[in-house]
Amino acid sequence: MSLPAYATPLQRIWHYGFRVICGLIFFFLIAPIIVIIPLSFNAEDFFTFTPGMLALDPDAYSLKHYRDFFGNPDWQQALRNSITIAPVATLLSVGFGTLAAIGLSDSNMPFRRTIMAVLISPMIVPLIISAAGMYFFYSRIGLQGTYWGVVLAHAALGIPFVIITVTATLVGFDRSLTRAAASLGAGPITTFFRVQMPLILPGVISGALFAFITSFDEVVVVLFVGSAGQKTLPWQMFIGLREQISPTILAVATVLVCVAIALLVVVELLRRRSERLRGMSPS
Amino acid sequence: MSDTTTGQGGPVSAGGVMLAADGRPLKQSLARAQRRQRLRAFLLVAPLLAFVLIAFVAPIADMLFRSVENEIVPETLPRTVAELRRWDERSGSLPPQEVFVAMARDLQLAETRKLHTRVGQRLNYEYTGVSSLFRKTGRRLSRMGRELKQAFVGLDPAWGEPATWVELIGAPDWREAQAAWAARRARAGADAGPEPLFRADPAIAALLPQTADFYAAFARAIQTEDGDSPTEEAPWPLVYDALYRDLSGGADLSRHTGPHADLLRAAAAAVPGFPPVSIRDEMLKVDDGWGDVAMWQTIKAYSGRFTNGYFLAALDMKKTPDGIAMVEENRRIYLMLFWRTLLLSVGITLATLVLGYPVAWLLANLPARHANLLLILVLLPFWTSLLVRTSAWKVLLQQQGVINDLLVWIGLISDDARLVMINNQTGTIIAMTHILLPFMVLPLYSVMKTIPPSYLRAAKSLGATNWTAFWRVYFPLSVPGIGAGAILVFILSIGYYITPELVGGTSGIFISNRIAYHISISLNWGLAAALGSILLFAVLILYWTYDRIVGIDNVKLG
Amino acid sequence: MTPRKTAFAAMAGAGILAATAAMAQQMANTMTLVSWGGAYQNSQNQAYAIPYRAMHPEVEVVWDESSAEAVAKLRAMNEAGNITWDLVDVVAADAIRLCDEGLAMEIDHDEVLAPAPDGTPASEDFGELIVSDCFIPQIVFSTTFGYRTDVKEWGGKVPTSVCDVFDLKTFPGKRSLEKRPIGNLEWALICDGVPIEEVYDVLETEEGIKRAFAKLDTIRDQVIWWTAGAQTPQLLADGEVVIGSTYNGRLYAAIVEQKQPIAMLWDWQMFDLDGWIIPAGLPEDRLARVLDFVRFATDTQRLADQAKYISYGPARKSSAPLVPEHMKPHMPTDPANAKHTFLFNYEWWADYRDDLDARFQAWLAQ
Repeated sequence: MSLPAYATPLQRIWHYGFRVICGLIFFFLIAPIIVIIPLSFNAEDFFTFTPGMLALDPDAYSLKHYRDFFGNPDWQQALRNSITIAPVATLLSVGFGTLAAIGLSDSNMPFRRTIMAVLISPMIVPLIISAAGMYFFYSRIGLQGTYWGVVLAHAALGIPFVIITVTATLVGFDRSLTRAAASLGAGPITTFFRVQMPLILPGVISGALFAFITSFDEVVVVLFVGSAGQKTLPWQMFIGLREQISPTILAVATVLVCVAIALLVVVELLRRRSERLRGMSPS
Repeated sequence: MSDTTTGQGGPVSAGGVMLAADGRPLKQSLARAQRRQRLRAFLLVAPLLAFVLIAFVAPIADMLFRSVENEIVPETLPRTVAELRRWDERSGSLPPQEVFVAMARDLQLAETRKLHTRVGQRLNYEYTGVSSLFRKTGRRLSRMGRELKQAFVGLDPAWGEPATWVELIGAPDWREAQAAWAARRARAGADAGPEPLFRADPAIAALLPQTADFYAAFARAIQTEDGDSPTEEAPWPLVYDALYRDLSGGADLSRHTGPHADLLRAAAAAVPGFPPVSIRDEMLKVDDGWGDVAMWQTIKAYSGRFTNGYFLAALDMKKTPDGIAMVEENRRIYLMLFWRTLLLSVGITLATLVLGYPVAWLLANLPARHANLLLILVLLPFWTSLLVRTSAWKVLLQQQGVINDLLVWIGLISDDARLVMINNQTGTIIAMTHILLPFMVLPLYSVMKTIPPSYLRAAKSLGATNWTAFWRVYFPLSVPGIGAGAILVFILSIGYYITPELVGGTSGIFISNRIAYHISISLNWGLAAALGSILLFAVLILYWTYDRIVGIDNVKLG
Repeated sequence: MTPRKTAFAAMAGAGILAATAAMAQQMANTMTLVSWGGAYQNSQNQAYAIPYRAMHPEVEVVWDESSAEAVAKLRAMNEAGNITWDLVDVVAADAIRLCDEGLAMEIDHDEVLAPAPDGTPASEDFGELIVSDCFIPQIVFSTTFGYRTDVKEWGGKVPTSVCDVFDLKTFPGKRSLEKRPIGNLEWALICDGVPIEEVYDVLETEEGIKRAFAKLDTIRDQVIWWTAGAQTPQLLADGEVVIGSTYNGRLYAAIVEQKQPIAMLWDWQMFDLDGWIIPAGLPEDRLARVLDFVRFATDTQRLADQAKYISYGPARKSSAPLVPEHMKPHMPTDPANAKHTFLFNYEWWADYRDDLDARFQAWLAQ
């Protein structure tokens, strides 16, 4: 992509112009997320930079919105709910999803394409439709407004991600390894846990992270399927946003951005490890 | 395959058929192994498939069912529905007396079961005013036919006794069961369980069909709803009206020998002298809404177990006696909303394409080290909570928000002419473009990475200008990525709910927001389901297209 | 089992156990109260829930801000046969609807609720505010307007009539109105010269509806539509609007507690009632607990206490003298504020709501 020495002025302008445009687009992508971070330290209840903040006056910054987040029972309950729902939903999607992905990657699997389409559909069907359907159906079977109702719903939403990531790692999986293990006398369970699992683990973990973040961020379905006892962090944020944007939301948002960064780093490390294991170049 | 290898080493039978190690023909053995593998694969998938079917597919099927279900009308108003079948709705005249009587009886039962306002509400979706008509009438029903009750009781006080009715209408075996239950109850109290459900005597039902039917319905309703017993409660006045109708209709009592036969015969003789009672007039007196032919036409049109009414409403149409017609201009919203959802989604898809293409190109053509770094700028928004990004836009776009402050500070706009960028379409488009941009960049990037840069150089060395080389060589190769990204973004955006709800105001809301409104505020679940089904149908077509173009198994994340 | 397998299984087991335990804990002692959120819910918490918990520390109170969706959610719970709410705060219209559908429990007001301190039975103390057998009235509130007191463009004038909301010449600036036809259509007709007693008759005719929408058309470009009661105070405080409708108590909180430059416009305030219903079909133990709470939370003193925190009129006649003196001028029922009022007509809206809502949405979307 470097500019050749013989480039005409026009090419030069285009070359740098293009980079400026791309820079602006990257700015568009990242700036809204970055801008809320300093705002969350605002000492006032405003959503914009106060003159004091712009002058870098330490008094214009404070942790009071974080104190509100960590001290307010509503937010804490929401955080607790999110933490009790997301891992269990993730466990369900990963458990079922990994097994299914192994089955699906078998070339002998009948109706592979159709089943795949059904399993991926929770990602494709608009959330409001899933939410409406679950609301009606879970009401009929007594799951509406219960912890398990929300967990099941979230597990269903997380499954496509597990299927996609695990199937992707299985594409590079050398089947002769399982046969080698079998020929050396290992039973299918031992083979699975000692041979297959370690190799597809990066895929499983990143699938799990996707499923986790799906549940952790999900608001539409929980809004309908859940009740007060399952009010999650995004739900509490949604109420806050719809009614009045209290600056505490920005503190919560900053915390969530940190969670996102952590997850992103883990997934990136896993991807590289997986590619190294599969003998691919790291990119 | 390893099985084949074993087979090749195995013995060959006399007929020249290859045998496996266990002596079976290889072909058979292979087929068996394959079957077993297939079964194993299927068993691995089965738990998840069952899970998804129950937790996800069944709810959606249930929703589809709700969009056509109309059980409540025939279930709650069975007598009316049956009588209405005989009425010609095109005659322009009011239904006959029998329909009114049936309606009064159905409503009386519905009122006891607390269903009359619900069925009223169901019909109110189709015809304004039914809701309060049913409600208002429900309160007055207990007085309808009072004069007849007085006349019967005046003739013989026995008609006012609950026991008379139970003995007259109750089936003999039910009466025995009831007596046994009463004895048990006297001993054991509440442990005796509920009273056996009332059953009418078939003989009396043949003789006095309306009375037996309605009295049995009365008895069962008070048993199940209020926990009362027909042995202790005198029937509603409307039951006397039923008896009056049966008797004046010329029931042949001459050979009747059941209990209270004489009482019945005396009543039959006296009935012609009773004051004439018209339920129709009484209902019209309660509310002249009952005299509205169009309302009766609506009830008849929506009396089936299933209805296309919700789908029609979802498409701004309605049923009229002359067929299906559009609703009035000033009530049409859904077609417009579907259209807007479509347009905005196309706009957002185009915006993500325009912004995503250069970024993906840059990422694909930079050295891996730099590309990976820049990719993080795409992936971070992807991993960040939707609500975080929406709140960020809310903060940025407000009139007193960061962007307006900045513009005022630079001096581009004056303080009293701040831009309105939120609570309208602009807000929705900006925020959703931002939120969905990663879904465009990632597929584009993965396709562009596979296009060898040498193609462009080759084109240029053959004399193509930069533009020709890009447009004739590179661009066509990147089309699969465009297709994948565009369909993905489009599918995601037409179903969006949260962002339009928070930043869309009135002009930036999508069809999803109306679905949510009908679920939780207006409670018109049938309409919500119909709107959802239409949206779902559109998405499934796109999904199918996506599967065709890209293949479901080629979806990549991150 | 290999160590890794054991660890995996242990993790899975622990996760599920922890979740189940957390749930069981929650169900045992919690009482879920459903309300509207914001300042109103806070006043209920201060006046009822906190003192109640001081006497019954074993009871955990969970608040659910779902009153706006109460009918829908109760229907769903009823279908499911799993009632997770214990006490629900709803407006009178919803209470009537819930009672009609058998979703709320019918109660004997004199038996369930405490009598007034002088022994007057509850049904007399609440009087005609008991609009349904299921409804336990708490407050009289009104939907009315607030305006910013520092708008330069107004040149020192302040709005005195609800019709000033429609007067863009004298009072330019954005307005906020509720995103539903109820209230807005009535005000539009009143300001179009329809006498109050004829408003609903006029609205039943096509010309009347057109007239109301035509009046709203004159300000449509300047309106931000709200869906939650806290939005107008927020919009007023941020200066996003200069005048807006909301519940009077929300405005009180913005004016008195947050000291915002906002003032009340009481002209043609729309009265409504708000109160509790008990969901039908609660199990014995939960019902007993809820009845105990309700009896406490709706006695004369508690209703008067609530008026300390928010400017809604207590529903009991016997509470009125106990309302703190400084709160009286902020009450919607105060004679100075109640010169022009009308009562939200539940029955009429029950009929026309669906139809007019379709019209309203179509009008908004034009």
